[in-house]
Amino acid sequence: MSNLPDNLKYTKTHEWVQENTDGTLTVGITDHAQGLLGDLVFVELPETGVIVGAGDECAVLESVKAASDLYSPVSGEIIEVNELLADNPDAINKDAYGDGWIFKLQPTDDSELDDLLDATSYLEVASAEDH
Amino acid sequence: MPFVPHTDEDVRAMLDVIGVDSIEDLFDEIPQSLCIDGLKQVPPRLSEMDVAQLMHRRAEEDGQPLCFMGAGAYEHHIPAAVWEITTRGEFYSAYTPYQAEASQGTLQLLYEFQTMMAGLVNMDVSNASLYDGASGLAEAVLMSVRANRKSKSKKILMPRTVHPHYRKTVNTLVGNQGIVIDEVDYNGKGGHIDPVSLTADPGDITAVVIPCPNFFGVLEEVDALTDWAHAHGALVIAVVNPLAMSLIKPPGQWGQDGADIVCGEGQPLGIPMSSGGPFYGLLCCKQALVRQMPGRIVGRTVDLDGKPGYTLTLQAREQHIRRSRATSNICTNQGLMVTASTIYMALMGPEGLKRVAARCHENTGVLVERLTAIDGVKRVFSRPSFHEAVLQLELPVSDVQQTLAAHNIVAGYSLSHDYPELGDTLLVCATETRTLADIELYAERLERIFTMRRSAACPVQPKMNA
Repeated sequence: MSNLPDNLKYTKTHEWVQENTDGTLTVGITDHAQGLLGDLVFVELPETGVIVGAGDECAVLESVKAASDLYSPVSGEIIEVNELLADNPDAINKDAYGDGWIFKLQPTDDSELDDLLDATSYLEVASAEDH
Repeated sequence: MPFVPHTDEDVRAMLDVIGVDSIEDLFDEIPQSLCIDGLKQVPPRLSEMDVAQLMHRRAEEDGQPLCFMGAGAYEHHIPAAVWEITTRGEFYSAYTPYQAEASQGTLQLLYEFQTMMAGLVNMDVSNASLYDGASGLAEAVLMSVRANRKSKSKKILMPRTVHPHYRKTVNTLVGNQGIVIDEVDYNGKGGHIDPVSLTADPGDITAVVIPCPNFFGVLEEVDALTDWAHAHGALVIAVVNPLAMSLIKPPGQWGQDGADIVCGEGQPLGIPMSSGGPFYGLLCCKQALVRQMPGRIVGRTVDLDGKPGYTLTLQAREQHIRRSRATSNICTNQGLMVTASTIYMALMGPEGLKRVAARCHENTGVLVERLTAIDGVKRVFSRPSFHEAVLQLELPVSDVQQTLAAHNIVAGYSLSHDYPELGDTLLVCATETRTLADIELYAERLERIFTMRRSAACPVQPKMNA
């Protein structure tokens, strides 16, 4: 798996998390995940202002062959969503860690970040899934 | 694709390959305690001759009365060509078209149906139909709750002028989903929802249902109601008679922005009344809501060679992909009914539909004029209506219905059960199938009933329950 930035944190459910300098987090799905999903045709983005708990379903990614839930990596408030995805859901396929970001969170419990995986641990989890 | 059943030899050969003795062995995972021992309430089988004779006897009980009743199902003339074509084997025995390459005929027909429906109600998208108008409204309510993400109340405003059976069905289907149905009462003079009666500050409402024509046949104030709903963040669900849409303003043109979801009963378009069914429900919506729409949707695309082709699309909404998160459990449509309706609409064309609708409107006008000329019969609601009207009688409605039934006339639908506040009232309808002679016959008979009741000179009262 070549595309796995070291500076990000990951979840077992294939989300990546970027810690921003202002204390907010940006969330998306990994390159591995977008490859599994196939061409994305629609993203059901969450509403801003919604409070989510760690592990809550907060978005839906629809591809040509499946509809997959996105889980919030940590608890917090959704403060921004990537409107680009409304008309260009394939941004996730083309640039999963850049233009394909999905939403930004204001976390409420910083200790939850410690429960997330680093690149190496995520690689183990993803490879073990044996898709 | 033809259906070819298995022979006993086929079954035996397959069981041998699988390696079991009998079909029952394949179900041995199911605990014996859960298995029933035959179907005890099912009567013994009958031969084809016995069944044919039984059905003949039953059919005789149906009768062929002169029908002046609408109330959700309407007698219209269906050109012979409609069912002649619909009952062709290719259409009649076609299954749900999952396998696109083997179902292009069916899929193209459904696509044409969707196109015609969307055009008729002036909306962006139509699905390939639902079971009937009542469950269609329930699905529209569920859809509005999913689609209106800004609203948290799950409160739906439901006018009492919506068909009572539809309201009952909605309550049944959404009752356990935390959805609140708020009934809105109607104006006693007009028989409509008076926009003036709506509060200036209704709070959080998810959707407003607007029937047009409504159950009384009356045309609602669709523009004012639509704008009011949108101004308060609610979606608009229109409930329509598709035949009426050829004559009156379709929901896509209601108010500033048009209705958001449209549903209704498709029976008037080429479907016989058949003692209550099968009918079909129509469901249309704006483009922005298409991913929340339940049911089958057929799309048009191109194949490998660039030739146009049709296929089921947006299937990620459906049960076989989203499972418990699907927009609905509906994973089928009323294929045969829709086939008939599409052929009916193609044969009639926009001009034909308009003429039928206009004739219905005219005939009901004549019927109401003749009946209200009788002393003791009054029209209840003053507003313009499509092809039904509510009449108040100075005699018990059930007595009148029974006497007319003895003359083989279905007088209308009694409103005393669902609208007791209206007293002895009858909902009457005269479609294009009712001639002037039919209307005269009804009027004559009704006049006689009133006259006989009035002859107080005779000490012996005529028996009404003959």
